[in-house]
Amino acid sequence: MTAMMTILGPLGMGAAFGFLLQRGKVTNCNVIENQFRLRDFTVLKVMGTAIVVGGLGVLLLVDTGNTKYYVKDANMLAVALGAALFGIGMVVYGYCPGTALGAIATGSVHALVGALGMVAGAILYALSFDWLKAHVLNVWALGKVRLPDVTHIPDIAWFAALAVGAALFFWWIESAEAKQKRS
Amino acid sequence: MTTITESYVRPAPRTARIDWSPYLVGAGIGLLSWIAFAVFGDPLGVTTAYSRVASLFAVPVIGPEAVAQNSYWKSMPLKWDYGVWFLVGIPAGAFIAAVMSGTWRLELVPEVWKERFGPSIAKRFVGAFLGGIVIMYGARLAGGCTSGHGISGGLQLAVSSWLFLAVMFGTGLGISALLFRKP
Repeated sequence: MTAMMTILGPLGMGAAFGFLLQRGKVTNCNVIENQFRLRDFTVLKVMGTAIVVGGLGVLLLVDTGNTKYYVKDANMLAVALGAALFGIGMVVYGYCPGTALGAIATGSVHALVGALGMVAGAILYALSFDWLKAHVLNVWALGKVRLPDVTHIPDIAWFAALAVGAALFFWWIESAEAKQKRS
Repeated sequence: MTTITESYVRPAPRTARIDWSPYLVGAGIGLLSWIAFAVFGDPLGVTTAYSRVASLFAVPVIGPEAVAQNSYWKSMPLKWDYGVWFLVGIPAGAFIAAVMSGTWRLELVPEVWKERFGPSIAKRFVGAFLGGIVIMYGARLAGGCTSGHGISGGLQLAVSSWLFLAVMFGTGLGISALLFRKP
């Protein structure tokens, strides 16, 4: 029974995630491309809301001892270089790794071709790992730090600022989109 | 007259027929994060498991010996864990959502790409493949993708993840402006 749950649990979580990605329109390559062209703000709306809603819940869960943080290492050089490559790849491919997997299942054949490219990228990374470990991964490595640690601004203040900032930004985007629709 | 007929005959774009609000979807992903943290102790993420599975594809390319000896795959061996089943769930959920919303469609060359780079299927496949290589290499170097860093790391206020978000969006905007600049 538990063995069953270790499969069905994550399978169900993945399916719910894939379902939401498709209903959020982000399994559509045009929506992602148009986000980077500043013509469609769906990606930012989905991610921004997920971060604020998810973050407040996880903060509460951590404070009540129901979970812990799983923060990734802040290897600043590697993260910055990787993120830059990621941004380039996302514009050319039109997907991020998760939305690509969803897109394949909605009939996007070119997403499948790019997924094979992602396999090639993972192989290239594994082959260059020793060199990266010696020269890149340990440059300016800060460890598993969080913004409240380095700024001494408490979590709740960060989320208040994020929520207000996101709300103002989305309100501005919505009114601009409504105006565009009317004209 | 032709414009009236055209707008009548031409089907609505596939995304226009999904009427879920991006804020609702974002909140749903945030809620999914709570479950991922509290129940499974494994935040939403895609590329770590993708890397594990990629080692299978690497066997015919670089040989089973090289894969077994590789220091990266030694630290991240293929195993059917939470992440891999999560990965299998994503296309399943996206497929169900696409069929239910009537937006399942074969797509060889997406609209935005076609407008800019023409209708060539070969060109789009090469672009998607190369983009896929770059995005996965970047994701491994940064230690996560839009899910693992962007959403799960962002909501934990991780320093690494907010650096990832800033650099990824910044580079994406720049590359997009270059690629889609008016001739």
